[in-house]
Amino acid sequence: MELICPAGTPSAFREAVDAGADAVYCGFRDETNARNFPGLNFTREELGTSIAYGKARGVQTYVALNTFMRAGSEALWYGAADDAVRLGADALIVADLALMAYIAQHHPQQRLHVSVQASASNADAINFLVQTFGAKRLVLPRVLTVADIAALAPKVACELEVFAFGGLCVMAEGRCSLSSYATGLSPNMQGVCSPASHVRYREDGAEMVSELGGYTINRFAAEEPAGYPTLCKGRFHIADDDGYAFEDPVSLDVMDHVDALRDAGVTALKIEGRQRGKAYVAEVVSRLRQALAATPEQRPALLDHLRLLSEGQRTTAGAYEKKWR
Amino acid sequence: MEKFNLLGAWMILPKAISHPINHMPLPLLQQGTRLVFDQMLRQHPNLFDRLGSHANKSFRFTPTDLDLSFLVVPAQRRITVSRKSAQMAADASTGGPLLTLLALLEGQIDGDAMFFARSLSIAGDMEAVLALRNALDDSGFDLPRDLGQAAGPFAHLVTRMAEAVRRRALVGLV
Repeated sequence: MELICPAGTPSAFREAVDAGADAVYCGFRDETNARNFPGLNFTREELGTSIAYGKARGVQTYVALNTFMRAGSEALWYGAADDAVRLGADALIVADLALMAYIAQHHPQQRLHVSVQASASNADAINFLVQTFGAKRLVLPRVLTVADIAALAPKVACELEVFAFGGLCVMAEGRCSLSSYATGLSPNMQGVCSPASHVRYREDGAEMVSELGGYTINRFAAEEPAGYPTLCKGRFHIADDDGYAFEDPVSLDVMDHVDALRDAGVTALKIEGRQRGKAYVAEVVSRLRQALAATPEQRPALLDHLRLLSEGQRTTAGAYEKKWR
Repeated sequence: MEKFNLLGAWMILPKAISHPINHMPLPLLQQGTRLVFDQMLRQHPNLFDRLGSHANKSFRFTPTDLDLSFLVVPAQRRITVSRKSAQMAADASTGGPLLTLLALLEGQIDGDAMFFARSLSIAGDMEAVLALRNALDDSGFDLPRDLGQAAGPFAHLVTRMAEAVRRRALVGLV
């Protein structure tokens, strides 16, 4: 299986390549991608240089254009697609149907991957995207079990890519409005979930309090591992309970299921984390590369410590081994 | 030795090191820090590109194992050292053990992982903090090399000494 690795900067890109990525995905410095964070992402020149670095080492570059176009501003997304094609991107990762249509019409030779943000999780939806826009690969939403994926794979006419490690969203990818509810900005439209401009941390005695858009969303005790300041991982007071209503601060790790995913027909494993530093990228890519070549018995020793780098310092296989109804 | 040491023991400075630093005269600390800071900004101009307008913000760094605070305004190429009791207001602030802060400067560790582990505290303008973190991560700071280049005729000696200290710090032996 291919290992698809994140890069938020050219330095992280080089680390991912050197650590054993088969492909690196990245985005431009604007709202055309879902990691539109301050100081992150690539200029056109940086992307060109990075693509060349990857090509020289046999590593592909995928460009994420995975936000939904704003009516009246489509030129921003069309221009980004044109530039990514011109610079030699091996694939474009797209969520918006209209952008897929533009790419299929204007760049019919360009390889198109459907983003997780498109939220296509059944054979009818996936085959529609393949037949209509010529999509070659689909990144599955993190809502299916391994058995679901095994049942789906023979029914679709494209490659399947799944998230294997890193941040875990609430199970409504491409349709989650929690960030928008609190801040007016969302990953779907502006490329920012819980934007830094709306985040504040403060100390309250021994506790660290996180606030989003003026709402207190979590309190962490002195030594308690922390999570991202997102509403989905906030603690809420509901009836007589205080706790995590949507999901705990926890990251995804499905490397225990990697053989089953391969048997299910999955083509590629994706690592989340374009917002993470180059040291994290190098470590996770390197460890996962080793784990893919290792026996199941060897994998825990290779991967166990990655948990300490993860949100909340805990990991879960999430829906891949769904135990709830 | 591994290139990065994400899980290494990021040690608190031993008193044998922190005590003399804490008792150095501020003007001396200020002069030395400014010299290194100027040199490093000259060597890494791409820092400003990623910082964008956040280069005008003030950033305070407070090592938890020293009685010192550093206030940086990148656009003004200004760094000010103060005692913690007299630390200045800032748009954004970051606190943690000195070696953790220096490792972040070099991109040797991941800021998110340090935050999750509660080894790092952040406050104030989070856009500015994030922009700085990403700018530093991409800038290729290398303290031994950068310090060496600031040391003129002693460049080789300073670089080798700093590399030795970093090696020991990376394996948690400082």
